[in-house]
Amino acid sequence: MKRIVILGGGTAGTIMANKLRESLERNDWDITLIDKDKTHYYQPGFLFIPFEIYKKQDVIKPKMDFIPAGVNMIFSEIDSIDAENNQVILQDDKHIKYDILIIATGTDIRPEETPGLKDKLWYNKIFDFYSLDGALALRDFLRGWDGGTMVVNIVDVPHKCPVAPLEFSFLADEFFTKKGIRNKVNIKYVTPQPGAFTKPRANKMLSGLLEEKNIEIIPDFYIDRVDNEKSSIIAYDGREIPFDLLTVVPLNMGSDAIGRSGLGDDLNYIPTNKYTLQSEKYENIFVIGDAANLPTSKAGAVAHFSSDILYENIMSYIEGRPLNAKFDGHANCYIETGYGKGSLIDFNYETEPLPGTFPLPGIGPFGLLKNTKMNHYGKIMFRWMYWHLLLPGKELPIEPLMTMAGKCEKC
Amino acid sequence: MATKVIAGKTVNVNEEGYLLDPNEWTIDIAHEIAKEEGISLTQKHIDVINFIRDKVLKGETLSMRSISKSGVVTVKELYELFPGTPLKLACKIAGVQKPASCV
Repeated sequence: MKRIVILGGGTAGTIMANKLRESLERNDWDITLIDKDKTHYYQPGFLFIPFEIYKKQDVIKPKMDFIPAGVNMIFSEIDSIDAENNQVILQDDKHIKYDILIIATGTDIRPEETPGLKDKLWYNKIFDFYSLDGALALRDFLRGWDGGTMVVNIVDVPHKCPVAPLEFSFLADEFFTKKGIRNKVNIKYVTPQPGAFTKPRANKMLSGLLEEKNIEIIPDFYIDRVDNEKSSIIAYDGREIPFDLLTVVPLNMGSDAIGRSGLGDDLNYIPTNKYTLQSEKYENIFVIGDAANLPTSKAGAVAHFSSDILYENIMSYIEGRPLNAKFDGHANCYIETGYGKGSLIDFNYETEPLPGTFPLPGIGPFGLLKNTKMNHYGKIMFRWMYWHLLLPGKELPIEPLMTMAGKCEKC
Repeated sequence: MATKVIAGKTVNVNEEGYLLDPNEWTIDIAHEIAKEEGISLTQKHIDVINFIRDKVLKGETLSMRSISKSGVVTVKELYELFPGTPLKLACKIAGVQKPASCV
């Protein structure tokens, strides 16, 4: 009996467990999934909680609901990966041997890495919206807030769901307007990047939206520390921005177990072949989702698209064939823009987000880099698809590799 | 693709003046690009540049954090050495592409 071990039962790990269990003989292959947490979080939903659009129950389900029969589930922290000896060491020093290892340990926020961030003002005047606790604490804070300067700050890139802080800002604009206090709230979007988004056409569209909604962009701001006494953030170049409310995207890092195992870069992301998803260092280790150092978005859509490619390559690896399936970095993000509208971007390693239309058989098309009601429905509908189709590894009517159909390069 | 003569050598550059091939770089080119940017290179600058070139040529990702953890300079010093947008500026002088920040 051979064994595949999957580390991490988030979006990527759960999809892989489902796909592989369906096609590998149970008599030949044991599949073991290891995760520390019994709850599966629908992370794209966290964003809606502060504005009371989603409730806690909308974004959590038991992990076991999505683990197929025949997959051996272990709930435990991982101490490290001993790649030389093909084994995973759990916190209780139990050793789990593997023939193939799939690392899907994701990435998480590290507020403690920025001096003063996780201090007196944390969950008092400073909140994140990348954890359920943070989103709920912010919801409670907003219930009693009557205005002031709200700073939306990104500590560093890459962070997961690159469009989330923009969506957060757009939804905040609508929320404060409907609450009747928008004239008392000053929203500042403070980013280490040169603009709202890295790629030119999407940047133009999204910067335009920020401006339209009277949200000030402060670019090239690389935060050094938070001054808890003065309630301000200070950049390395000395610039200081005071806040009454700081909503922050803290530094993102991969799992410490990756760091302890010596498998990661300085942010604990694993050097991974961007086409085959095989580890650069060990041929029986594959990496999927946010844990990899791929030059594309850290997002569920990427994990989902790449799962088809990884599945093919693992089957090839098992059968001793060359790894012919190539991932293209395909990402697809719905961007909530407020007032029941949304935008959509679709891109890969080579092609920046372009305007046009995005075909979706039976439902679409959606408008790319356009601000439409239809795109918003796409986002809302997606939560259902996530729980019922995506996690169980079922077919979705979207191709894994990016297509140029509907896109307009000269627009 | 454009070419430009820097320090007496013809090199390929992109529209923002970054060298396309890091192997065409010389220390004289670094001094000249730095001068255009209003920086006079000290040994500390050159230490940073060597660190960046080493990382990039090995195919590793470059970030403000990786530089600050390198022991070569702190982020604060990096801002003093290359004012404004230090990573971009240092990369330009080091003859490597601007770090591609992932979307």
